[in-house]
Amino acid sequence: MNTFTLGFVVVIYLLVIGYLGYKGYKTTKSAKDYLLAGREIHPFVMAMSYGATFISTSAIIGFGGVAGVYGMGLIWLTVLNIFVGVFIAFIFFGRITRKMGHNLDAHTFPEFLGNRFQSKKIQIISGAVIFIAMPLYAAVVLIGGARFIESIFEIDFSIALTFFSLIIAAYVIAGGLKGVMYTDALQGTIMFLSLFFLLIVSYIKLGGVSAAHEALTNMANLVPESLQAKGHEGWTAFPKMNSAWWWVLVTNIILGVGIGVLAQPQLVVRFMTVKSNRELNRAVLIGGVFIFVATGFIFTVGGLTNLFFYNESGQLAIQVAKGNVDLIIPEYINAAMPEWFVYLFMLALLSAGMSTLSSQFHAMGTSLGRDFFENVFPNKKFDTMFVTRIGIIVGIAISILIGYQLPGSIVARGTAIFFGVCAAAFLPVYFASLYWKRVSKTAAMWSILSGLLASVFALAFMHVKESEPLGICQAIFGQPTLATKFPWMIMDPIIIAMPISIIVLVAVSLATPKTSDEHLAKCFKGIN
Amino acid sequence: MLGINDPVIYIGYLLAVLSLVACIVYGIKNWNKGMETNTEEIQKDLDWEEKDEQMQSEI
Repeated sequence: MNTFTLGFVVVIYLLVIGYLGYKGYKTTKSAKDYLLAGREIHPFVMAMSYGATFISTSAIIGFGGVAGVYGMGLIWLTVLNIFVGVFIAFIFFGRITRKMGHNLDAHTFPEFLGNRFQSKKIQIISGAVIFIAMPLYAAVVLIGGARFIESIFEIDFSIALTFFSLIIAAYVIAGGLKGVMYTDALQGTIMFLSLFFLLIVSYIKLGGVSAAHEALTNMANLVPESLQAKGHEGWTAFPKMNSAWWWVLVTNIILGVGIGVLAQPQLVVRFMTVKSNRELNRAVLIGGVFIFVATGFIFTVGGLTNLFFYNESGQLAIQVAKGNVDLIIPEYINAAMPEWFVYLFMLALLSAGMSTLSSQFHAMGTSLGRDFFENVFPNKKFDTMFVTRIGIIVGIAISILIGYQLPGSIVARGTAIFFGVCAAAFLPVYFASLYWKRVSKTAAMWSILSGLLASVFALAFMHVKESEPLGICQAIFGQPTLATKFPWMIMDPIIIAMPISIIVLVAVSLATPKTSDEHLAKCFKGIN
Repeated sequence: MLGINDPVIYIGYLLAVLSLVACIVYGIKNWNKGMETNTEEIQKDLDWEEKDEQMQSEI
C-alpha cells in the first residue's frame, strides 16, 4: 500500500468531512439545532446516522474477526440488529418517542425520561450514568481508531490519538448534532459501499455462493481441538448447545448487543431529530438495508476468510492472523482484494470509528451540560450550547485519559460494559414510559438504580470477562469471580440485571401512586 | 441449503432476509404516511424556537 496515495485519499476525505461539519455549524443557531439537529433531518441522513453510529470499527473488525474464528453463527446478531435494532426500534419505540419527546420539550434521552416522569432527579441520574459509563465505551473506539492510524501511517500513537480526537472534536463542538449527522451520512455511505463490494467480490473469488458455503462446510474437520472443546462444530454450523461458546454467542453477543441497542441514548435521541413519523417510516427501509449489509455481509465474509486462506496457504484465518482475532479481516483485505479497495476499506474503517465517536462525544456533552449542570444549578441561567460544548471537551478528555491510564484488558470490555449498564438501567423504564401508563415516578427511579447496581455487581463480581480485569472481586474475595458454577461466569450481565430492573419497576409501580391523568394526557397527546 | 447444512444457520439467514424484507415493505407501504398535519405540533415547534431565542437573548 502506497502511504502517499493513502494520505492523499484521507486528506480529501477529511476536507469533505470538514465541509459537512462547517455546514452543520452554519445552520446551527439554537439549542434545538445543537441538540436535536433542528428536528428537520432528512430520513436518509437519520437512518444512515443511526446505522453508522451503531456500527463501530470494532463491530466490523472485531465481530468480523470473531466470525473468522467461530463462523456464521453471528448471523443471528444480524437478525436482531435488523428486527430489533431497526424494525422494532423505529416503529414501536421511535414513533412514540418522537411524538412524546416533542410533547414534553425533550432535547436529550435523560430529559425525555425526566420530563415523562416529572422528575429532575431522574434526568440528573440518567445523565450522570451516561456521562460516567460512556467515556469507557468511547475510549474503546478512540484507542482502536488511533492504533489503526498509527499502524497504517506508521506514526507515533500519541500523535495519532491527538490528531484523531481533535478532528472529531472540531466538527462535533462546532456543528452539534447537525455536524454529527451530516458527517455520519457520508461515513455510513462509505461503509455500506465497502462492505457490499467486499462480500460480492469474496463470493466471486470463492466460486459462487453455494460452492463457497459447501467448501467451507467441508472444512469442519479442520476446526482446532481447542475450539472444538468450546463447542465449535464448523464455520457454517451453530455452536453445540450449552457449550461455552454457545453461551457467549447467545447471551453476550446476540442478546447483549442485539437487545442492548434499544436503550442506547445516542441512538434514541435520533428519533427526535425528524419532524414527523413519515421520515421514520422511510428511515425503516433505509436503515434495514444498511444494517443488513453492514453486519450480515461482514459476518459472512468473516467465516469465508477461512476458505480463502486455506485455498491459498493451507492455513486457517486465525493462524494467518497469528492468533490475533482483530487482524483476520485486515489480513484478508490485504491478501484478497484489489489495491484500490484497500484504500476504500481504510476509509470505511476510519468512518466507522469517527461516526460512532462523534455521537458518543455529543451524547457525553449533552449529558453533562444539559442534563446534569443545568439541573443541578437550576437558579443559574446557562447557554445550553456553551455548557454542552464544555461537556463535550470534558468527555473527550476523560475518554483519552481512560484510554491511556486504564489497563487495555478493561478498556477492551468498554463496549460490553456500556451496553450492559444502559440496557439494565434504561430499557425497562424507557419501554414502560411509552407503553405502560401505570408506571410511577418512584418506580422509574428505583428501576434505573436497581438495574444499574445489578449490572455493576454482575460486571464486577460475576461475569469473568469483566470481573477479572477489573480486579475488585479478586481484591475483596481473593478470586476473580463469585460465580463458580457454569454458565453463570460467562452469562451476560444483561440476563441477570434486566429481570431485576423489570421486577422492581412493576412491583414499585403497583405500590406507589400513579402519574396524574393530566400529565399523562400531555405525554400521550396525539399518540394512539 | 446453499451449501449450509446446519438448519440453525440457514434459518438465521432466512430470518435476516425476512427482517430486511419486512423493513423494505413497511418503508414502501408507509413512504408517504405519517406526515405531521397537526397544526398544534407545528405551532409548538414555533413556540420552542421563540423560547430558545428568548433564552439566548436573556443570557
